[in-house]
Amino acid sequence: MSIVKKFLYVNRKAPYGTIYAQEALEVVLIGAAFDQDVSMAFLDDGVFQLTKGQDTKEAGLKNFSPTFRALGDYEVTKLYVEQESLDERGLTLDDLQDIQWEDEDDDYAEKPSIIVVSRAGMADVMADQDVVLSF
Amino acid sequence: MAAYDVNGTTVEHDEEGYITNLSEWTKELADVISKAENVDMGEEHWAVVNFLRDYYEEYQIAPAVRVLIKSIKKSMGPEVGNNKYMYELFPYGPAKQACKIAGLPKPTGCV
Repeated sequence: MSIVKKFLYVNRKAPYGTIYAQEALEVVLIGAAFDQDVSMAFLDDGVFQLTKGQDTKEAGLKNFSPTFRALGDYEVTKLYVEQESLDERGLTLDDLQDIQWEDEDDDYAEKPSIIVVSRAGMADVMADQDVVLSF
Repeated sequence: MAAYDVNGTTVEHDEEGYITNLSEWTKELADVISKAENVDMGEEHWAVVNFLRDYYEEYQIAPAVRVLIKSIKKSMGPEVGNNKYMYELFPYGPAKQACKIAGLPKPTGCV
């Protein structure tokens, strides 16, 4: 039997100022092929990655935010978002995309992927991982 | 750069045959690419190609082969959505080859 490790990809940067956010998402999609327990965390400006209604036309960049909604297909079903990071930026859960995954073991019921946690809760999430990768 | 010839119009592609400007895709181009790939396009090939184009439109990525087959299984049933049949349709890889014909980038995670 293979050993399943818990991987957490930590996103701290805004989506388009640097390539980090898009690259992190690509790494997650590739990594998800290896049947590990993969989740993502969003804190600091990283919470902006999940906001709805992103429009990159004027910036001449690809809007990759729809790809977050495909994560469920890759069995990445836990997206932890830090409450304090949202609060500090005047954001609420309503400002974020509605991201869901289908539970095959529960008649394909659609379940929310975004889990809002406190700063202390985020520390617990991180402590629980085998591997934490920061972008 | 190499290019496909669609009734006299050229459409550039990269060294592996994926077109460089996704907006240049047409059904006629898909026919040209499929001939270059030795794939005889039937109804089910088109269903997979159309599925991939819809998936890209919605999520902005070409799905990995595992995700593709799982999604096809859900939308078209297990007779089509299984490894064996999908590889019969596209012998050089359902995601790689079908994405090329669909005018999409190489699937994320393929080497």
